[in-house]
Formats: sequence, C-alpha cells, structure tokens
Amino acid sequence: MFEISEKKSLNPTVTLMKINAPKVARKCEPGQFIILRTDEDGERIPLTIADFDREAGTVTIIFQIVGATTEKLNHMNVGDCLQDFVGPLGKATETDGLKKVAVVGGGVGCAIAYPVAKKLHELGVEVHSVVGFRNKDLVILEDEFRNASTKFVLMSDDGSAGEKGLVTDALKKLIESGEKYDRVITIGPLIMMKFVCQLTKNYDIPTVASMNPIMIDGTGMCGGCRLTVGGETKFACVDGPEFDGHLIDFDEAMARSAMYRPFERRTHEDTCNLFREVENNG
Amino acid sequence: MANMSLKKNEMPVQHPEARNKNFKEVALGYTEEQAIDEAKRCLHCKNKPCVSGCPVQINIPDFIAQVADGNFEQAYKIITESSSLPAVCGRVCPQENQCEAKCVRGIKGEPVAIGRLERFVADWHNSQPEKPVEKPVSNGHKVAVIGSGPSGLACASDLAKKGYDVTIFEALHVAGGVLSYGIPEFRLPKSIVQKEIDGLKELGVKIETNTVVGKTVSVDELIEEYGFESIFIGSGAGLPRFMNIKGENLNGVYSANEFLTRINLMKAYKPDAVTPVQAGRKAVIVGGGNVAMDAARCAKRLGAEVYVVYRRTENELPARAEEIEHAKEEGIIFKFLTNPVEIKADEKGWVKSIVCQEQKLSEPDASGRAKPVPVPDAFFEIETDSVIMAIGTSPNPLIKSTTSGLDTQKWGGIIADENGLTSKKGVYAGGDAVTGAATVILAMGAGKTSATAIDEYIKNNS
Repeated sequence: MFEISEKKSLNPTVTLMKINAPKVARKCEPGQFIILRTDEDGERIPLTIADFDREAGTVTIIFQIVGATTEKLNHMNVGDCLQDFVGPLGKATETDGLKKVAVVGGGVGCAIAYPVAKKLHELGVEVHSVVGFRNKDLVILEDEFRNASTKFVLMSDDGSAGEKGLVTDALKKLIESGEKYDRVITIGPLIMMKFVCQLTKNYDIPTVASMNPIMIDGTGMCGGCRLTVGGETKFACVDGPEFDGHLIDFDEAMARSAMYRPFERRTHEDTCNLFREVENNG
Repeated sequence: MANMSLKKNEMPVQHPEARNKNFKEVALGYTEEQAIDEAKRCLHCKNKPCVSGCPVQINIPDFIAQVADGNFEQAYKIITESSSLPAVCGRVCPQENQCEAKCVRGIKGEPVAIGRLERFVADWHNSQPEKPVEKPVSNGHKVAVIGSGPSGLACASDLAKKGYDVTIFEALHVAGGVLSYGIPEFRLPKSIVQKEIDGLKELGVKIETNTVVGKTVSVDELIEEYGFESIFIGSGAGLPRFMNIKGENLNGVYSANEFLTRINLMKAYKPDAVTPVQAGRKAVIVGGGNVAMDAARCAKRLGAEVYVVYRRTENELPARAEEIEHAKEEGIIFKFLTNPVEIKADEKGWVKSIVCQEQKLSEPDASGRAKPVPVPDAFFEIETDSVIMAIGTSPNPLIKSTTSGLDTQKWGGIIADENGLTSKKGVYAGGDAVTGAATVILAMGAGKTSATAIDEYIKNNS
C-alpha cells in the first residue's frame, strides 16, 4: 500500500499529492510516469511524475479531475493509501547536449513540463518556459517555473493572467525575436502540442512532445497506447512517452483519446452522485 | 475389467445458449462416478505411450489406476510429483496433441479423457478440507523469480519446497501472469489460480506485485544489491503483434492482449466495472489460436455477433480442439482462408468495416503448415464495430534491454540451454520468454527444470 503523505489543491480541478513509494522514488527521472489504482476495484491510470524526493522516498503526482478515478483519488486524504503504484515507466526526458531549450506547457500538462524545466535548469541549460492556461484561476506552479527558467512567459486565453493569447503566439514571438533553441519540449493538450509542433516545424527546431494516451499495463503488453510516429506504430508506454513532435500523427492520437469518452462521462457522473449522496447522508 | 466403451464419458457443460451470455465456467467437471468409469477405460499399457506425450511426464496410468479405485488423494499425489498446476493444466492443456494423442484407446475410438481426469483429481483435492501446509526448513539461500505466470509459479514452488527463500516479482497488480490477465474466467476460474498462489504463499514464497523488473529494479540490482544468489526469468511473451495494415490504430481495434486484459484482469465484463471495454454489436477476431478463441468467446458474451477470420483452413487452426468446438456451439462464425488487408473507418475515426482477401493453401512453409497465398482480386468487406488482433505475441524487450550480458535471439527470445541457464552466470530463464508464445504446460515444465538446475548451482557455489 502506498500512503498519501501530502495533498494540496493547486486550483479547483487540479490536485497535487505526494505518495510514499520509495522504490519508484529511488529510480525515477523527469519525463517518466507511474500507473496507480486507488482501490481494489479501481482502474489503472497513468500519471506522469511531477517531482520526487529520493531521500524521503516520495513521488509527486499532479492530476486534473476529469473522470471517475481522478474524482475518487481527489477524495482521498493524507494518511489514506493507494492500492497500487507502479513505476517508473517509460523513458526519461533526454537532456544530453542541450544548451538552450523552450519548455512549452499547457494546462495540467505544466505539472509534467515543470520537472523537465527544473532538471534542465539544474544541468545549466538556458530554459525559456512558456505556459498557458484558460484563465487566472487555473494557473499552477507559476513560482516554480519562474525559479527554473531564465525567461518565463505566462499566457491565458482571456488575458486574466499574463498575456492574452495562445502559447504558440508567445513561442512564435520568441523565435521571431531571434531566440535560437536547440529543442522545444511541449507538454499539454494534444491540440496545443499539434500546433506547437506545426509552428516549430516551420523554423526547423527539433521538438519533443510528451504523449499521455489511454493504457492499461504500461509495460508494452496491451498496445492500447499505440500511436503513429513517422508512419510507424509505437507504444507510448515503452517507446515514449516522449516522441519527435514533427513525426507524430496528432489527429489519430486525438481520435484515440476520445475512445472511451462517453463511458468516462457516465462513470464520472455516477461517482459524483455517489459522493454527493455520501455527503448528504453522512 | 476395463470399460471398453469407444467414447469418453461426456463432459457435463453449461448449455451453449446459456453460457454464451455469462462468464461462468463452461465445463462443469466429472462426478466421482463418471471419473471412476472413465478411469476404467485405461488399459495400463506397459510402455505407457501417454507419458511420452506429456511435456512433464506425469505418471498417467498410475494416477488413473488410483482414480479407478477411488483413491483420489493418492492420484493427486502422483500427479503433483511431476506437475505444479494440475487444476490449471487439466483445463488448458492441448491434450489431443499430447498425452491423449498417444493413448492406445484412441486408435479405435476416443482416447481416455486424461485431461478431464486430471482436472477431476485436482478439483477433488481442492474441495477437501485444507490441511495446514508444513513450511519447509529454510536453507537461507535467496532466489528471485521474475514473473508469476506458469513458469515462475512452478519454479518458485519447487525451490520453496527445497527450502529456498523465494521472492516473485510481478509487474501487474495481480499474480498469475497469463492465467490471470489472459485466459478468461469461463475457461479457467480465477479462484483456481488464486488457490495455487495462496498455496505458494503458505510455502513461504513472497510475491511483490507492482514491480517491473527492468524499470523498478534491474536484474543486476537484484543480484548485486538485493543479494539474490540466482534469478529465474519467466517474463513470458507479452508484446502483442499487429499486422501493419491500414487502419489498425482506429478506435475499436484492439490487440487480443488489451481486449482480454480489460475483461479478465480489470473485470470489464461486470456491469459496475470502472474499466471499459467495447466489443460493439459486431466483432471480428483475426487469428486462429487459443487466444483468438478466448477473445471471440468473450466478445460473444459481451453481446456481439462474432466472426473469426483465419488465413488457413479449419484443419490448421492451432487452438485446442475443445475450444474450437465450444466456440462453434456458442454461435461464433468462422471465415477460413480469409486474411484482412485493411480496416476502414467511419467519419469519427471508428472502425466501420474490415476488408479481407481470399486465400488458398500452397506448399508447407517453415512451420510445416500449408502456406496461405492471396487469391488475386478476391476481396470482400465485413461490416464491424470492433476488430481484435490475435495473431501472436513476442517476448517483452524490457529485461533484455536492462540486463548486462544477457543474450537473446534476433526475435527477442532469451537464449537458454536445456536447463534454462542463460549467458549470464546464475541467471536462468524459461517459458514463453525463451520459446516465444507456447503452452502453459511447457512453461511450467521449464520452470521446474530450472528449479532443479538452480538448486544444483547454489549447492555447488556455497
């Protein structure tokens, strides 16, 4: 069993938890992910590792409440235990030889972009972070990003935080102003990553996108997480989760990510109703 | 006096029209009377041809003689001298190609129902009040087993009985490997698998689930940091193959591994399950092995109209005869000499149909089976909501890529000698990880062989 040692709400729909998982904490690196189950009958969900503390033996996860499982997870508290917590899975972010990198995060994807920015920063790489959110209430990890970046640009759809506009607008401006990046690393909604990759392709900047598809085992066994990269089928769990963004078939990935949406909506609503009942009767 | 009936005692089964709507076990098992009657069909041949057909050489005529006399516990003892998983193998072994293929009674009439008798004996034993297991005296030596499928369970069991301190590392949250995630409840109830695992724990075997060897911990670390003196790798063949045809990544296309894992491991067939699975109104399964039959019969039970497309003919189907027969009885439609060439999508990226090409058989290929060749311009389309690819699996590269000095074949199988010894000192391997996808009994046999070799290795080195 894996105890929750810390819980913090980052915004109304995003929660941070530190999980006591020494074996995972000992080995994990930025870019890798874990799979967890909340309880005996729970589903397996993958979450990218947001941070870790090898000495304390904890792994930090940051999740958005989108379905039944994340709803259930969000109702767990410090001292409660997760049924299963396995990892680290997938390959770590490659950082060799990088000198100047733009990290482009969107929404809850920033939770995954942050440890990458932090690691690059610690390695002495010049990091420009461009992060975007729908509005100011949804902004997460702003201070953390500032501390890990030489340059930090905050964007919001409605202009209520930072500048108004999309991360692609900000990235384009930086590139046009003469910033030369060895690599762009982008983590966020598929549609955002698709447009970031389209933009950087125009400028021939190598770009890596972190994929988070539906998966079960996370070890290459089910193939549910497959995607097309450069015309070849790859498994995000073992070949990724990071891939050459200029080669990913984003349209296919977007279609695949919607496969269980009606089911998810239903189970999410059932779970919400269940919690409501418990609260009303409890 | 032997029972000279030419036919086996029939296996009581759930009615096809009832069972194709539930996930309860199909075959119900012999009664004591049926078992004794069937056992009396054995002629007790001196040269025991059946034993030569058994991958683990169970002393078949001797256990059958005990069944005929009603000494079921004694029969169980004889079987378990050679097999670790009789309740499992009695259900899933392809007996028609093994022991029963060699049975003299099969020359004229049906062979003795050895598999059904094995199952009867194991089930009878399991239904008796449990006697406390005597924990073997520890010899203080530590062995790690990677994977809790048939080979790992068998290896761990034999080593624990010899007094070794055994830890099994399992990547998933449940032990059992393919017995848990792959073979459906209606063919192998999970309570039987659990019973075998509980038995191991009583022997003192520790099982660490949620541990992906190669990620959470490496083989080298198990030896150098955790102090395991020897390792057995039984990590199976878990990597699903695809056909590499157009449309294979559409929504509604599954590997059989994913489809079966959702159903068996994550219980997606239960109405309140939180893990979804979608067989749709119509499902097409590609392949002809046991996994294809399992996927087809699961899809049927989820309410789909089910087609199995196979590129050879019925005679070449690699699945167990009983599974093919059960599948047909349950209403599964077979399309032979048929090979998919493309999967087509609707406007939302979901499977709409599968385009197939007719095949004809020609000369035998490397596998010794007649090779299917496409008939030019003979294409046809099957409308469907889902496609399940059950065309085989290969060993997972995770351990190979993270273990120093472990040699593998080009196709990924770990290279091991007849005792399971790999190119790395003290590291043994067996089962599908070495042979590629094969049977439960072969994997179990390999686990047992390695257990003997590991015992000798540790004795000689200490």
